[in-house]
Amino acid sequence: MKYTEDHEWLRVDGDVVVVGITEHASTQLGDVVFVELPETETQVATGDEICVIESVKAASDIVAPVDGEIVAVNDALADNPGLVNEDPTGEAWFFKMKVEDMSQLDGLMDEDAYNDMID
Amino acid sequence: MSDLKRTELYDFHLSHGAKMVPFAGYEMPVQYAAGVMKEHLHTRSAAGLFDVSHMGQVILRAKSGSVEDAALALETLVPVSILALAEGRQRYALFTNADGGILDDLMVANRGDHLFLVVNAACKDADIAHLKAHLSDTCTIEPITDRALVALQGPMAEAALATLVPGVSDMKFMDVATLSWDGVELWISRSGYTGEDGFEISLPSSDVARFADALVALETVEPIGLGARDALRLEAGLCLYGSDLDTTTTPVEGALEWAIQKARRRGGAREGGFPGADRILAELENGASRRRVGLLPEGRAPMRAGTEIFAGDQKVGEVTSGAFGPTLQAPVSMGYVDSAYSATGTPLEGEVRGKRLPVKVADMPFRPSNYKR
Repeated sequence: MKYTEDHEWLRVDGDVVVVGITEHASTQLGDVVFVELPETETQVATGDEICVIESVKAASDIVAPVDGEIVAVNDALADNPGLVNEDPTGEAWFFKMKVEDMSQLDGLMDEDAYNDMID
Repeated sequence: MSDLKRTELYDFHLSHGAKMVPFAGYEMPVQYAAGVMKEHLHTRSAAGLFDVSHMGQVILRAKSGSVEDAALALETLVPVSILALAEGRQRYALFTNADGGILDDLMVANRGDHLFLVVNAACKDADIAHLKAHLSDTCTIEPITDRALVALQGPMAEAALATLVPGVSDMKFMDVATLSWDGVELWISRSGYTGEDGFEISLPSSDVARFADALVALETVEPIGLGARDALRLEAGLCLYGSDLDTTTTPVEGALEWAIQKARRRGGAREGGFPGADRILAELENGASRRRVGLLPEGRAPMRAGTEIFAGDQKVGEVTSGAFGPTLQAPVSMGYVDSAYSATGTPLEGEVRGKRLPVKVADMPFRPSNYKR
């Protein structure tokens, strides 16, 4: 897995990249009560605010971690936002992206680097 | 957070895993280890302990020694009948300004030979100055700084507190009494700000940590932070001063007519005689141009404070408090709308992140309150 400074994780799965938020982020947010997902077949650029996640405390944005196209979103989160707290790195993935230039992932953190950042 | 004050329960909060945040000049627990959602639901199903020691406690005493004189003096600052408040009873009141706006909301108790006031933390210095400026000729105003204040709220609050203080079972909603626990004098009221049955307990600061420990040692009692408190009071339709009420909102706009008894209205025995009476009395008869209402978003997206409310293309109001309501498992808000759109069930729209989403005007409380009347 790769990690961003915005506390997102990326997992390469065949020719798509699966994106979610880290356990650390889900703990910091507190109980998640609402998730707004992007539209599929949208082209996004790194840093675009494409999802909104609301917890009992506040609303936060989720940004596109790399350039690419949204090819799938996890509709289960709309009905059950609490999944983000229960299984942030598994069932609670947010979206899948088709990424032309996979070398974009090389600049992201690995697990050790991410753990150092949040320590 | 070096400029912030701490309550006597600071170490208690940390020992229960509290996350501390600045609030009204104090470092207060926004949540404990359990988290906002669990704390909220625990208060609704069992009993929650809240530290509200940051709030202001004030004793108002007439120089004549008569509590009636203190009541009449306070009536010059609030549109509420204090004279009719019997010994051992408490009621909700509002300090108004000359424009009919609200300076603060407060609780007033008749404790026999004096009145006991509990005011908001953020307003307490101004409130005390206001009392001294207007009532010093006839009254003494004594801020109580050596007592803490805690609230125990929830359907199991009575059973829990009664194990320490058996006398509380005889109290009804808005009763006040002086009882004792382990030699400590407790000033107790059967009230709170969650929509649940419960108690607010003033006691010497030196004893509060011991008292809080004794309460949370009971299986049904957990400490609850400000995060849960906010959604609890919102579901109960209760105003937060500074968010839902301020100097630009009048009691009638704020849908608080119920707090203004007949005796202070037009034709009443002590009509008017409080700041802003002309405007407030006229609004009581004719209504105000806008009104505080409950707002239930139809989707899952919370409409938080500042969300603009529309009827068609016309902006007709704004949300002043909004959150996800854990008891309702749905978003809940309150705010002000033009009176023409304030009827229950009126369909409106709230603008969330550039999108207009459906929201309906709803009755408050959003769920029935469980007061012990």
